[in-house]
Amino acid sequence: MTDILVIGAGPAGLAAAAAARRRGATVRVIDSAERTGGQYWRHLPESRPAGREAVLHHQWNTYQSLRQALEFDPGCTIDTETQVWAVERRADGTLRVNLASGDVDGTRATESVVPDRLILATGAHDRALPVPGWTLPGVFTAGAAQAMAKGERIAVGDRVVVAGSGPFLFPVTASLGQAGARVVGVFEASRPSRMARHWLARPWELAGASHKVSELAGYVAHHVRGRVPYRTGYGVVEIHGTARVEAVTVARLDADWAPVLGTERRIDCDAVCLGHGFTPRLELAVAAGCELTDERFVRVDGEQRTSVDGVFAAGEITAIGGVDLALAEGEIAGWVAAGGSTADAPVRSARRARDRFTRFAERIATAHRIGASWSSWLQDDTIVCRCEEVDAGTLNRVAESTASVGLRSLKLTTRAGLGLCQGRICGRTVEQLLAGASGCTAFADGTTTDRRPIAAPLRIGDLARAPQSTETSPHQIP
Amino acid sequence: MRVAIIGAGITGAACARLLARAGYDVTVVERGAVAGGTSASCEGNLLVSDKTPGPELDLAVDASVRWPLVARELHDELGPGFPSIEFEPKGGLVVSMTPEGAEPLRAFAASQRAVGIHAREIATDDALELEPHLSREITAAVHYPQDAQVQPVVAVEALLASARRAGARVMTSTEVVGSLHDAGGRMAGVSTSRGDVHADLVVNAAGPWAGEVAGALGLSLPVLPRRGMVLVTTRMPHRVFRKVYDADYVGATQSGDADLQTSTVVESTAAGTVLIGSSRQRVGFDDRLDVDVIREIATKSLRLFPFLEDMQVLRTYGGFRPYMPDHLPVIGADPRVPGLYHVTGHEGAGIGLSVSSAEILLALMNGTTPPLDPAPFAIDRPTLTPHLQEVAS
Repeated sequence: MTDILVIGAGPAGLAAAAAARRRGATVRVIDSAERTGGQYWRHLPESRPAGREAVLHHQWNTYQSLRQALEFDPGCTIDTETQVWAVERRADGTLRVNLASGDVDGTRATESVVPDRLILATGAHDRALPVPGWTLPGVFTAGAAQAMAKGERIAVGDRVVVAGSGPFLFPVTASLGQAGARVVGVFEASRPSRMARHWLARPWELAGASHKVSELAGYVAHHVRGRVPYRTGYGVVEIHGTARVEAVTVARLDADWAPVLGTERRIDCDAVCLGHGFTPRLELAVAAGCELTDERFVRVDGEQRTSVDGVFAAGEITAIGGVDLALAEGEIAGWVAAGGSTADAPVRSARRARDRFTRFAERIATAHRIGASWSSWLQDDTIVCRCEEVDAGTLNRVAESTASVGLRSLKLTTRAGLGLCQGRICGRTVEQLLAGASGCTAFADGTTTDRRPIAAPLRIGDLARAPQSTETSPHQIP
Repeated sequence: MRVAIIGAGITGAACARLLARAGYDVTVVERGAVAGGTSASCEGNLLVSDKTPGPELDLAVDASVRWPLVARELHDELGPGFPSIEFEPKGGLVVSMTPEGAEPLRAFAASQRAVGIHAREIATDDALELEPHLSREITAAVHYPQDAQVQPVVAVEALLASARRAGARVMTSTEVVGSLHDAGGRMAGVSTSRGDVHADLVVNAAGPWAGEVAGALGLSLPVLPRRGMVLVTTRMPHRVFRKVYDADYVGATQSGDADLQTSTVVESTAAGTVLIGSSRQRVGFDDRLDVDVIREIATKSLRLFPFLEDMQVLRTYGGFRPYMPDHLPVIGADPRVPGLYHVTGHEGAGIGLSVSSAEILLALMNGTTPPLDPAPFAIDRPTLTPHLQEVAS
């Protein structure tokens, strides 16, 4: 029987596990969070259930049925609060996956497994572009604000400004409203013409994905009804305050997201949520040796196979496509990893769904692509790397004085991306700013901020007690 | 006189700066980016403490005098806007952890004192005063005030920035694919992935890849990569004040054994992280992560500094050290091809030894007297000759 390790218990991972079980494999699912569901189905703990989860979560019933199917299945193990801290490529071509479990602040148990098949469903981080003043208390990423609203029912402020780009701003705004905040404005950086061109062109391609369009239309309607001002082609270009957020300056943005002089307007608020799309969590895929696409997602074929034998990928690490795409990809990955084929009847509808939602995702990505001139709203003292407190001026100055075109050197000379988050938050932004400052299109050393051999910080004591390669267990299933 | 230097690591950078300032027309040719190889994957050691009396220690002593001057010159020349190379003459502390280890350490230190090294044997209580977080289990301690540290990547960038100010050019993403010769067989430059670079003299400073470069030039050079891994912790308040290492480190640096060897070296960086090294392993250019290696480094570091137990490893990096079969660098002209020089094979000591190696190279090119006898570093020295033939055959 095939033993499959699924990393990530969000929509893609759970769908993969369920499909793999249906095809007869034994499955183990791990996730670093306390509960399954991932970022998408983040919810209150079962000890404090709320009747409104279904209202707050799209596809909540799908989650409930996936979870129940897997939790009561003896052929499936689910380990939460379990992280992969390293993946080793061994000489025989197998992968050794090193796990640490338990409270990250205490002593953790370590374990190493060598699964027959590995399914990566590690998801994405939400991304926020730096803005002068964004380190003030009261500024949140859109994802963090939504997590607080969904997971804790806490609103980040009373008068909230939401800014950034992409359809994610809608559910964030809705969640904030449900948690009791007043959203005083939503500012979408993309211009209406660009959105219309990519959202609405070739409508026949969207046949079957129409509920996504109507879901988005529903959000728009909600804003109108709730009198939340929604402006496209606008962005927050500065955040004001002394001890915490007091106001923002918004401005019209041109097609490349450069602020248009003379269009600035000040809006009082006590919280700001910034969301400029998502960054896939690629470190495990990179450690496993998986090839990436030019857009820096994990390259997969029609069966969700990566370039590495026995390794599959599903969900946001293959493209930012939302829950429907993640569910479809997960189902295919699980089914094929367990020995099935995409030609099999049980995954026919998943295959169709994937094709449909992939096209939809491509359009959204194009409509909301980050403009090339966004950095013109930065000031020299705007912090870019928060962990190491490196500002935009330092990046420019060091890149200029060293004339370096190597990312590794630029990181080590500026210290950007070397802090606790290891570039998860700032990596793409640091790369972009350094490339711009050094005038290169690609770094000469070929490195990226996605490479993190230590995928999660580990206590030295725990590392010292980690199992030796001779103690590696074949994948253990009860 | 035009010089083409192959490799923009610490060695190439130090040579480029010195030659450019001496009036040579310098072009540095680098396959990838500046400081993209070994120099970006090491600890920035400027050590005398780990070296046995002999030519390498002589070179290290020379370097320990030069580095403070070079650091000051770079700072004065490049100004406060340039990132600091973090030169820190912090000194080293070598300790033994077992009763049996005490005597060999004392004997080693005595042999170094005999050639003028400041190797101060101190009582274990005094060692604990210097390093209060050190294990109480230490059995002997030697303090080396001459040991120092730099941030190696910034050091390379600074040396090259200085070289550029003296007129040097740096070509990155440019791979050497062959050699150019004049009618008499002398080097006339190198052909690269971006066209020919004409030069009267060519310096192979490609570190562990110097063997490959020699191959592209039609020659053999028995330099091999030896892999070393280092762990980096999260930032913390300073608790390690010197370079502190377990006495078995000395054994590992001198060994030619291909198997994994680890010995503990612990030190803080200016940024507040702690570097924990290191391993030495001959695995070719295999750069895959091996948890067994980093676990062993972690385990041994706890013996030295028990407080590290609760500290977190944030990242790890591995580099390839250029390793010669007789453990001495190669610095000088290649008698097989007039106009070709090699400066490589410093293994784990290249950051420190770079500035003195460059001085020897300059003197050999100028025909002046080098700061120390270059014969032990010659490519045709007796201990290297058999290996040269071995590779050539």
